[in-house]
Amino acid sequence: MSAIAEHRPGRLRVYLGYAAGVGKTYKMLEESQRLRGEGKDVVVGYFEPHGRKDTIEKTQGLEFVPRKTLVYRGVKFEEMDTEAILARRPEICAVDEFPHTNVPGSGRAKRWEDVKALLDAGIHVMTTMNIQHLESLNDQIREITGVEVRETIPDWVMKSADEVVLIDLPPGALLNRLQRGAVYAPEKAQRAMDHFFKEEALAALRELALRQTAHEAEIRQGSPEHRDDQEAGDERQERILLHLTESPATAGLIRRGKRVADYLKAECVGVCVLRPGSLSRLTSGEREALERHLDFARKLHVETRVLEGENATEALVDFARRNSVTQIYLARPPRQWLPMLGKRHFVMRVVEKAKDMQVTVVADRRRQRP
Amino acid sequence: MSETEHRRPDPEQLLWRAEAEARAQGRGKLKVFLGYASGVGKTLRMFSEGARRKSRGEDVVVGSVQPGASPQGLEQIPMKVDGGGTCVDVEAVLRRRPQVCLIDGLAYRNPEGSKNAERWQDVEELLQAGITVITAINVHYVQEKQPEAETIRGKRVTDSVPERFLRQADEIEVVDAPPEYCVGREQEGGRDSTEALKRQLQALREMALVLAAEVVDQQLEEYLRRQGMEQTFGTHERILVCVTPRSNADLMIRRGRVQADRFHGDLHVVYVRQDGLSKADQEMLENNLLGARAAKARVEVLEGDDPIEAIIRYARGQGVTQIFAGHSQRTGWMSRWRVNPLERLILEAEGIDVRVFPQEAPTR
Repeated sequence: MSAIAEHRPGRLRVYLGYAAGVGKTYKMLEESQRLRGEGKDVVVGYFEPHGRKDTIEKTQGLEFVPRKTLVYRGVKFEEMDTEAILARRPEICAVDEFPHTNVPGSGRAKRWEDVKALLDAGIHVMTTMNIQHLESLNDQIREITGVEVRETIPDWVMKSADEVVLIDLPPGALLNRLQRGAVYAPEKAQRAMDHFFKEEALAALRELALRQTAHEAEIRQGSPEHRDDQEAGDERQERILLHLTESPATAGLIRRGKRVADYLKAECVGVCVLRPGSLSRLTSGEREALERHLDFARKLHVETRVLEGENATEALVDFARRNSVTQIYLARPPRQWLPMLGKRHFVMRVVEKAKDMQVTVVADRRRQRP
Repeated sequence: MSETEHRRPDPEQLLWRAEAEARAQGRGKLKVFLGYASGVGKTLRMFSEGARRKSRGEDVVVGSVQPGASPQGLEQIPMKVDGGGTCVDVEAVLRRRPQVCLIDGLAYRNPEGSKNAERWQDVEELLQAGITVITAINVHYVQEKQPEAETIRGKRVTDSVPERFLRQADEIEVVDAPPEYCVGREQEGGRDSTEALKRQLQALREMALVLAAEVVDQQLEEYLRRQGMEQTFGTHERILVCVTPRSNADLMIRRGRVQADRFHGDLHVVYVRQDGLSKADQEMLENNLLGARAAKARVEVLEGDDPIEAIIRYARGQGVTQIFAGHSQRTGWMSRWRVNPLERLILEAEGIDVRVFPQEAPTR
């Protein structure tokens, strides 16, 4: 089984960092220069200078495909001109800021979709991103940094890259750069250091980036025999069921469940159980939330099913048995839930009912810390 | 995979670190560039850093270069030729007393009859003299990683640096590059071995990245402890399997091992001591703990009147991210108004995933 999901003509390399200023863009441009020196046809499709002198110097002599200008709600925005790059047909294209969300009306919603269009046309792409934009780590990132990252890359998109290369830099050196004003202008640098760029947050992000790159290296080792044989025959194929509801905990459950499923190379299915006619009984807000969660699961390449049943516990567990599910993932009961109210919580009822399989109660990774 | 479960360091490591702290007064800083093969660009990065420091006014010299490397206009202290080999001229560097000394090829063994048998010991001397050292090494030269690296590379290297020396570095920085960059440098066989070589390189790369992640994790914990912060970020997956005499320990430990390995994480197995076990139960328990040790788990027997509390205290202290537990025997007569232990575990293990296992192995 090859880890690289799709076969497509263009090759994708992602330069992965853990914070602004570690040198991803610099490295991408340096590589563009090297390739140009070898006589390759390289263009820059999108570049965000951030006023960084060293980085701007690296662009000298490189061909840029001009950005396109869009007006949205009376404000001008500049986006990568994917169609112009496709018309130019370079061999290699450098594209900064992979997780970027395009302004409405740009054609494609996300830059990674623009990149996909380039790859499909046979153009090799180099791009940059930070670990905090990886979808499955979103809850942990919020806990580490206090920042809700909205521009995310689904894990399967990263997995589809031919190569993920880490740009590492110890936090001390990064903070030096920040203090010297090499990353942001002074006021912005101070703000950054007070919030996102705290030493412990940087170290935690860096560790996540190192571990993610290690995982990406592992799944790209091609023939997995030597690793999996140790387990062969030991376990049947793991199948993980994620229980989807309208509860806000569901998004975190999907991220965590899918992440574990990916690491275990397990199949993953998202299941929501509705009582007959209950959809009409949900408030419009709840219904929207449920639809959003189903949609979110599908975006992360989790197949989804909607079941009907009078008894949610039974419907869920029966489905799991019929489909040889090995593990059911449920969200933790909310903190305010008290066990002595006479009614057992749904989670406990599933645990009790599904005694023949494994049930994982997923932590709320966004809990507020004292 | 991960045999060094370092959250609670072993006594030897503690001692080493205590000594290191005592020595830290007036000691030079150590920075290590860690790579996974020739061709990733470690040496270049090391010399660039030296040149950058020099441009900022630091007094930088080069103590060792590998053949063919160009030290970017930095002052060199010529290497000593001794008994048919070369080594760092430690005395000359000490006499010259620079602020920063660059040492390439950290793993080299010194020629017979040298004062120190290995180059990393020379570096230790420089550090003790208050000189900052910037050095570079490939992961397969790390002593503790050598058995695994030999399996991957199919050949052994004799030179080595102990892992504890790297773990006390002030900074470790991974120099990463796509494996294809190293193929030319590493290739000795024919063209058809390129794919196999790339796989090898990916595996070595994985090792280097995990080693660096572990060092960073340890530094993060020490930093948090120094700051008095009782925080864990769950960046390192740690699985805690709770066994009892009659739990399906075998399945839990096996799944725990797989999951720990896939996440490059650690596996812990605990048992909360109970009085009055029957002889049969005692035997089953010992068997379970034996299985845990065979799976290279960190095994602990916990004390406490309240087993759930004991488990959760341990889990929080160790930064556990997932607890594996079995259905208790008594769940059958669990009633509506009494909270059974499993339920309590689920409710109280806030911030930790709880995975509940069947009592008996499912029929296959």
